[in-house]
Amino acid sequence: MKLIILNDYDQASEWAAKYIRNRILLFQPGPEKYFTLGLPTGSTPLGCYKKLIEYCKNGELSFKYVKTFNMDEYVGLPRDHPESFHSFMWNNFFKHIDIVPENTHILDGNAADLVKECNAFEEKISAAGGIELFVGGIGPDGHIAFNEPGSSLVSRTRVKTLAKDTILANAQYFNGDWSKVPKMALTVGVGTVMDAKEVMILITGAHKAFALYKAIEEGVNHMWTVSAFQQHPQTVFVCDEDATLELRVKTVKYFKDLMLVHNKLVEPLT
Amino acid sequence: MPSNKSVSDAPITQFVNCRILRDHKLQREDLWVREGRILDPEKLFFDEQGYADEQVDCEGQILAPGFIDVQINGGFGVDFSQDSQDVAAGVSFVAKNILEHGVTSFCPTLVTSPCSVYHKVLPQVKVHNGGRHGAGVLGFHLEGPFISEEKKGAHLHKYIRSFKSDPVLKLKEVYGSLDNVAVVTLAPELNGSQLVVRELCGRGITVSLGHSVANLSQAEDAVKCGASFITHLFNAMLPFHHRDPGIVGLLTSDQIPAGRTVYYGMIADGVHTNPAALRIAHRAHPAGLVLVTDAIAAMGLPPGRHTLGQQVIEIQGLHAYVAGWTFTGCVSHTHTQRHTHLPNTECFCLSGTKTLSGSIATMDMCVRHFKQASGCSVEEALEAASLHPAQLLGIEHRKGNLNYGSDADFTLLDDHLNVSATYISGEQVWRKER
Repeated sequence: MKLIILNDYDQASEWAAKYIRNRILLFQPGPEKYFTLGLPTGSTPLGCYKKLIEYCKNGELSFKYVKTFNMDEYVGLPRDHPESFHSFMWNNFFKHIDIVPENTHILDGNAADLVKECNAFEEKISAAGGIELFVGGIGPDGHIAFNEPGSSLVSRTRVKTLAKDTILANAQYFNGDWSKVPKMALTVGVGTVMDAKEVMILITGAHKAFALYKAIEEGVNHMWTVSAFQQHPQTVFVCDEDATLELRVKTVKYFKDLMLVHNKLVEPLT
Repeated sequence: MPSNKSVSDAPITQFVNCRILRDHKLQREDLWVREGRILDPEKLFFDEQGYADEQVDCEGQILAPGFIDVQINGGFGVDFSQDSQDVAAGVSFVAKNILEHGVTSFCPTLVTSPCSVYHKVLPQVKVHNGGRHGAGVLGFHLEGPFISEEKKGAHLHKYIRSFKSDPVLKLKEVYGSLDNVAVVTLAPELNGSQLVVRELCGRGITVSLGHSVANLSQAEDAVKCGASFITHLFNAMLPFHHRDPGIVGLLTSDQIPAGRTVYYGMIADGVHTNPAALRIAHRAHPAGLVLVTDAIAAMGLPPGRHTLGQQVIEIQGLHAYVAGWTFTGCVSHTHTQRHTHLPNTECFCLSGTKTLSGSIATMDMCVRHFKQASGCSVEEALEAASLHPAQLLGIEHRKGNLNYGSDADFTLLDDHLNVSATYISGEQVWRKER
């Protein structure tokens, strides 16, 4: 893996956005060749989205030939509810960029047949040629998407019941009332994300530090599902100083020394 | 949940780089329009996978709902109450010219007039939408003739009426058809008025209290029967008194039925109301304030002779006189001070009296003056001329705001609230010359 350590949230967000930008530009997407991007929701990627919007608005980056696949969506929440992931993606990303609506894919938590919806999503990903770069976050319980502790590390897109930790963490978006948070969600599986060519995990804040430690310094374990990416050939973890608080000094020093090399990945392309 | 697919081939316009007034705040959001209505872009994106056909750059300006003027007697030489004119043509002429002031809908107003005028005029102008031809007509505002003799203002004594023994019959007799009427102003102390208020409200007509010497209790009774507006607050009514606030007391009355709001018209031209009085009313009941112009034929015209109802008035510079009379003492002397606030506002009154008679301030002038005099926010000033009149008339489901589904009637304004363009149903109907 590459562990990218930046000083604070803003710098981490910017690094991640530049990385995504460069990946898309190097790929040279076109009408016959779309760049497929997996996307997360939540507070962690907001800064990254803001930066990507900036690059789109100043003409550096176009999403015209980019296809997106979101990781998850609540079950039973009306699509236009302000806390649905559809609303999140529209307000924080899609409405500000030049992406074509039919190239965006988000699981429909109100589908009549949820299993069919999940299977269809997997098919859409295959039909698009697989995911080039899957961007994700990590939960305080070490989950990727809604793959709660105990999820199979080879799981596919399916319905999941949310863990208490996750519900509590999301209560902030429902006026602090955790009883209002949906109990179930549709989510891509760990296996689905592992199938991507490259995976980038954004981790910021001290409250995620323990999860990061479990994910990269302990073994592969289905109780900390992000640990599965230890077995992926191309993973990038982008974090801020606070997220490294539970790591060994040795680990942090090693990767900080590598920043000189890693920063080359985000230099502007001529 | 059922799918919300609404497929349409109509072109979609996206107004970008603007600050729109939504949820009582100016926000940096784009405005999407299709088929003359405001579109929900999120639904468009996810349900229809649609996007804009055309983008219009608003250059960072304010995009506000179009103004709605519920009291305007004429303008540009046209007097709606004048018997001899072709009313439909006159209304159209004014409708076209007020687009420049940001007005997208209005209620042509008739002052106290003889029955012949009502019978002739009312059937000629139907409620209709605006467009390139001019602002939309929401229905007539009949200011009189069932008003108080003592508070007639500039209305003519000989046409003032009372209800007599069969009030509802009297209504039909005097007005004829009420089909094209949106608002009626009457004095609630007149015998039989409660029956009339109920009858009019039952027909969906807004009843307004004005030109009256009613006390608070009489006014409250009228409100309980359905009256919901006060015609030009403070003017043509008893002044506020601490033991009987009169009609003015409705602003803070505890007798208003639950869930209902009493709105009040303010002519914020710097003349009809002292700014301190405007502030008192605004602070007492900000949600009810409705800006009106009460504009007369002379609005928009250069100096000269013009008519108001059945009278002739002359404008000279910043003052006006009843033609043929000498200019004697008039409250306009104190106006000059206010003219420093509003250099372009003219005012006038009937000579030999202290009676004001309509205004020639335009709606956008009123919005600017209201904001300056009350110290309110930009949003409040704009809502007083758009949202509140729409709420008053019960049409806020489609006018007076920029909610999804509302008619796309709006204006582009600079930061000083000068109108630079007016749109009706998403189409540009007026633009300031560059």
